[in-house]
Amino acid sequence: MAEWKTEVDGETIVRSCCWSPPGCHPVGCGVRLHVRDGKLVKIEGDPEHYVTKGALCPRGLAGLEYIYHPDRIIYPMKRAKEDRGKDKWERCTWEEALDLIETNAKAVIAEHGAESILVFGGTGREANYYYSLIAHVVFGSPNSVYAQSGWSCYGPRCTSTGFMMGGGYPEIDYAQKFADRYDHPDYKAPEYIILWGKEPLKSNPDGFWGHSIIEMKRRFGTKICSVDPRITWLGTRCDDVIQVRPGTDTALAMAMLNVITGEDLVDHDFIDKWCAGYEELKERVKEMPPSKAAEICGVDEEQIIRVARAYATARPGSIGWGLAVDQNPNGVQLGQCLIAMMGITGCLDVPGGTILGVVDPAQVQMDASQGIALRYGIMDEAMWNKRIGTDTFPAMTSFIPTAAPDAVLDALETGIPYFPHMGFFSSSNVIGAAITAAPQRWYEALKKMDFNVVTDTFMNPTAMALCDVFLPVASYAEHNAMVLTHYGFNASFFGAVNKAVQVGECKSDVEIMLEVGKRMHPEFWGQYEDDTAYNEANGLNGKLTWNELAQAVTIPTEEPYRKYELGLLRADREPGFASPSHKLELASSLYAYFGDDPLPYYKEPPYGPISTPDLFEDYPLVLTTGARTYVSFHSEHRQIPSLRQVVPDPLLDIHPTTAANLGIGEGDWVWIESPFGKCKQRAHVTATIKPDVVHAMHGWWFPEEDGEEPNLYGNWKSNINVTMPHKVNGKMGFGDCFKNNICKVYKVEE
Amino acid sequence: MSDKALYLDYEYCSGCHSCEIACRNELGLGLDQWGIKVIEEGPRQLPDGAWHWNYLALPTELCDLCEGRVAKGELPACVLHCQAKVLEYGTIEECAAKLAAKGSKAAIFAP
Repeated sequence: MAEWKTEVDGETIVRSCCWSPPGCHPVGCGVRLHVRDGKLVKIEGDPEHYVTKGALCPRGLAGLEYIYHPDRIIYPMKRAKEDRGKDKWERCTWEEALDLIETNAKAVIAEHGAESILVFGGTGREANYYYSLIAHVVFGSPNSVYAQSGWSCYGPRCTSTGFMMGGGYPEIDYAQKFADRYDHPDYKAPEYIILWGKEPLKSNPDGFWGHSIIEMKRRFGTKICSVDPRITWLGTRCDDVIQVRPGTDTALAMAMLNVITGEDLVDHDFIDKWCAGYEELKERVKEMPPSKAAEICGVDEEQIIRVARAYATARPGSIGWGLAVDQNPNGVQLGQCLIAMMGITGCLDVPGGTILGVVDPAQVQMDASQGIALRYGIMDEAMWNKRIGTDTFPAMTSFIPTAAPDAVLDALETGIPYFPHMGFFSSSNVIGAAITAAPQRWYEALKKMDFNVVTDTFMNPTAMALCDVFLPVASYAEHNAMVLTHYGFNASFFGAVNKAVQVGECKSDVEIMLEVGKRMHPEFWGQYEDDTAYNEANGLNGKLTWNELAQAVTIPTEEPYRKYELGLLRADREPGFASPSHKLELASSLYAYFGDDPLPYYKEPPYGPISTPDLFEDYPLVLTTGARTYVSFHSEHRQIPSLRQVVPDPLLDIHPTTAANLGIGEGDWVWIESPFGKCKQRAHVTATIKPDVVHAMHGWWFPEEDGEEPNLYGNWKSNINVTMPHKVNGKMGFGDCFKNNICKVYKVEE
Repeated sequence: MSDKALYLDYEYCSGCHSCEIACRNELGLGLDQWGIKVIEEGPRQLPDGAWHWNYLALPTELCDLCEGRVAKGELPACVLHCQAKVLEYGTIEECAAKLAAKGSKAAIFAP
């Protein structure tokens, strides 16, 4: 194995794992960073990285364009509050920026209480790891905010998992935890994979190395079914594509369970030993025969039966569940069905099945934050109980240590339970087109804040419109950090993010947290001299020194299979699952405890032909959004020339028949209008989507346009989230309409 | 004339554009040039209902098969970075053998 740092022909080559910024999920792809005279001159894939083996995506390969982009913010900046929305930023020193943050935060706390400080996070960037820590332990506020309506990314899947069985996040087994990968003696490849609402090649979701799907298909002939309203390129390589009506997935999953249980394609040993509620589940899914689901979902009955049989009889079958599980008010019921499908077929945490992670609370830093704050007296119980939304959304807030996003917008608009006064936007472009529903309402509400800080890499609509201090964040090549896939919930490996260069005065998320923390609560944060000391004490949990990790670059977790047998899922290390009954609860006592049905049920999407037939006459298309491209991560990368060249405009996929009826041609700018708002994108006429469904891209803004108010880099032009309703969630508060809204589409007339 | 070539299993070229950008980085090309370019054919439904949708990573006249990298014992930039690992480098003969073994949806380029 090559050294982590080598000198070749006057260049220093640093081996590292990339995470962020620029954004991606914590996949930790291997890179070789070439440095000459203190400057990065080349970024390459690392052929010795045991998962990615030299492969690197376009975003990784365009790294130099990002890191040295002339518009990148590389010094702290400040702006007078009355100049919000104007490009009147002034460079300042870190001392000055930190002084401003300390003074304003302390004034807000003195006048309104620490609870009036909101710390926003999002995206899947490294900042995700730390925003709750910043809220709870830096400012002593209970209110960290992931601002997507219904916490509809990852949270619902993790909650379904946590309630039913614990044990991190179920993921496809691609031998990711073994240094010798597919050659590991215990490994067996999945025979059949269902990709449910997930296109992993483009999204590399949460740490799953997407192209491993291709690797397994080519190497082992793994069969694949894609459940997706669109025929994707990957779909054309699949054995089945179930082109489901957006938002009806739970009916489909219940019908598959109907087939699997009805035909007894289950593993009775596993069920007897490890599951609770099987008979009740079997009884419940009798309500959803494939014929009924076929009608609801707009798919072929035979196909449902075929796929259910193929998955259940595969040895083993695996399920990759995606964002579409979350962005659905009926999504935690879908999650319930999918976990049941993983379990009752005997494919849970077995080689080639859907595997679980050993959760080490010390590594999952975003969960540990409130405990630290309470132990060190930075927050007391009374303060913790002021967390916004605990009354309305108890299921969510009992499991996730943030405020409830929809309740935060209500608080900002109404002052109930109280008005927040300060925002700290930790790499989160809240009014952009990638996180909030109704961003126009968040924008109006957040303008009222007394003081706002943003940490990021480029000026963006949120920073320009709302913020008073801008702290520049170091890219992955500019700081030391640790990357754990799935944020540690189901880690493949410990990865070192090794610093290669310094750009301007940028600091990492941890460094920023330490700097602000030492101003606010030096009695706690003073114990960490620097980011390395912090990482060693926390992420590495005293098991490993920073240098050991830096030099190893990757250390696979080598976790064993069948963790429920080995006591690796429970805190007391007894066999079983981390649910109240210590079984995999197919009928969930925690769902029932929080007022939901213990068993899965189907509910129509809130807007659509069945739920709102009158409205559907005016808005006759189902709108699904947010499919990824290879060349952007949410609202990032729009200013990177070689990436923007690949996808220069926001695109709306629309079927040729529908387009023809509406007089719309390829490339035409069209309005996409829902009952809640409208924006424009360019029509991409394609038969890969059904005639009654359209798909719009998320995350669009135009950094090349005027940044000042009211244009804000064209933030409102193609912002699909303005068409989304606020607070339309499921019973437990999860889910939204990002993937199952309604709209009308018509040509933009100049 | 070089006896080297690129082999492409285009059944599984996912059209990710990594090869294009890796190549530009290697050759120092601007946005208006490509040493290899991903061509898209489809998506289109065939008369039998099956979907036709192929990407083809096509080397251009600027491709020198990364002579410099290969001389240093490295893979051509497009081959190293290919996410689907469908691009391979070898002699024309080696690539022809791969094509014969694959039998369909594959190509060899001798740029």
